[in-house]
Amino acid sequence: MRIEGINESTCIVYFGDTICDETAGLVKQATDNIRSALSDVITDLVPSYTSVMVCYDLERIDRFGIHTRLRQALEGGAEKAQDDAAAQTLELPVYYGPEVALDLKDVCEFSGLSTDEVIRIHSEQTYRVYAIGFSPGFAFLGSTDQRIAMPRKSTPRLKVPVGSVGIAGSQTAIYPSATPGGWQIVGRTPSKMVDWDSESLALAQIGDRIKFRSIDREEFISLGGQFDEL
Amino acid sequence: MSFEVLDPGMLTQVQDMGRLGYQHIGVTTGGPMDEHAFLWANRLLNNPLNAPQLEITFGRLSLLAHSDTSIALTGADLGARLNERPIAPWQTYEIKQGDRLSFSMPVVGLRAYLAVSGGLDVPARLGSAATVSREQLGGLDGTGAKLAKGDRIPLAPPSAVAKASVPYSEIPDYRKPLRVGVIPGYQYRHFPRSARARFFTSEYQVSQNIDRMGYRLSGEAIHGDLDGIISEGIAYGSIQIPTDGQPIVLMKDRQTIGGYPKIGSLSALGAGQLAQRAPGASVSFYLTDVAEAEARRMIFNHRLRQGAPGTTG
Repeated sequence: MRIEGINESTCIVYFGDTICDETAGLVKQATDNIRSALSDVITDLVPSYTSVMVCYDLERIDRFGIHTRLRQALEGGAEKAQDDAAAQTLELPVYYGPEVALDLKDVCEFSGLSTDEVIRIHSEQTYRVYAIGFSPGFAFLGSTDQRIAMPRKSTPRLKVPVGSVGIAGSQTAIYPSATPGGWQIVGRTPSKMVDWDSESLALAQIGDRIKFRSIDREEFISLGGQFDEL
Repeated sequence: MSFEVLDPGMLTQVQDMGRLGYQHIGVTTGGPMDEHAFLWANRLLNNPLNAPQLEITFGRLSLLAHSDTSIALTGADLGARLNERPIAPWQTYEIKQGDRLSFSMPVVGLRAYLAVSGGLDVPARLGSAATVSREQLGGLDGTGAKLAKGDRIPLAPPSAVAKASVPYSEIPDYRKPLRVGVIPGYQYRHFPRSARARFFTSEYQVSQNIDRMGYRLSGEAIHGDLDGIISEGIAYGSIQIPTDGQPIVLMKDRQTIGGYPKIGSLSALGAGQLAQRAPGASVSFYLTDVAEAEARRMIFNHRLRQGAPGTTG
């Protein structure tokens, strides 16, 4: 663990140099610990793959104070990180049909696998939420099976439909809103990834585990799935 | 009680100090591009410091007052007129029903702040009225829309306000070439000594590519020994160095996380001074540290609280 100052109201805590499950666990645990122990002085926490950025209120605490309290909150957190009790496992229904899986054919060609094989490989694994960013609620999940890891498109789409499930290298993700994006789209979930009127706001939190469940067209529609295109 | 928008201008948005506490789910902060000017505008009216205001970028805004109130105008001089009489920034004015308030073109600086007594009476979304168009949050109706012709801007009931102006010593000169402190951090040590020397001795120009997300600068290219990094939190004012070596300073509507190497960060007050510079302006950097940035901010906060001759309260 390494704490570094960034500016007069921000510092960052690093937990490792590589993307892996163990570091993701440390980040998740640290985020929970900091949130509960320093809620009186922090204004924002930005966890990512290997780090947590901490924004604090300079009117309430200075750079010495925040470093001291972060150390206090995080020491001993390392052992507890293993049990990982705070993380939840979410199952997300995904329709991998041709109307919504805009790039599934390309992924098949790239990997030399059949449609069914790509869907099976993508949906049989449990992924971890490594980071949330890019757009509100956009969760970066890892790691995909190397057989279906395909680089992002050379020219991004101007608009990727809401709920699209994409692959980029060894990562996979769901688009919570219609934004530009270059990921290879292999399906669509009818689940709402962000809901500003709900209490939890975003369905997935960093450190959570996510499993995709392949559903048919009928179930996609019954769950409220939409076919709105570009 | 309201202002009617006769002409929305180039870009006029509702802003408060920003949407705090949601960056962990990817929601950016938004907020005023120039905190110094924003905070003084509320201070002049004795408003809560977070009260929503209008951030007027470039000018051409025209408003019609449907009620009496007081306003404070700070930041850029965008050629403001009250009923065709020119008015200067950094002070308060009384507004009568039927008055017209209009802005033409930038004379000095880029962004003006217009506060009204009691603040704009607009809804908060996720705890803030700050407009972030990309995320469809904030603004007059909460959906991130910028001002449009015909909009009615609801105002809070005004309080009695004494005439006040910002002390001369607290008014920045946006025409001066900007020399701004950089706090080393993030991937600073991955930039070789020669690259750092070039960065701190070069003069950069503000490019045409500036918006609320970031300020792209042009000048001497800087290269570190990293092409990319594992994505991490991006602080307001941090300086990304992409592969072309041209610095990008991240502003209020930045993405919450990103994967470009960063050589360090400006303070919030430093980034605010940059936000008042138009394309072509000169920017140079000097090495500072967190301690100095902290001290400067505490002095600013103190002066803001204490006021000074000419301010009320």
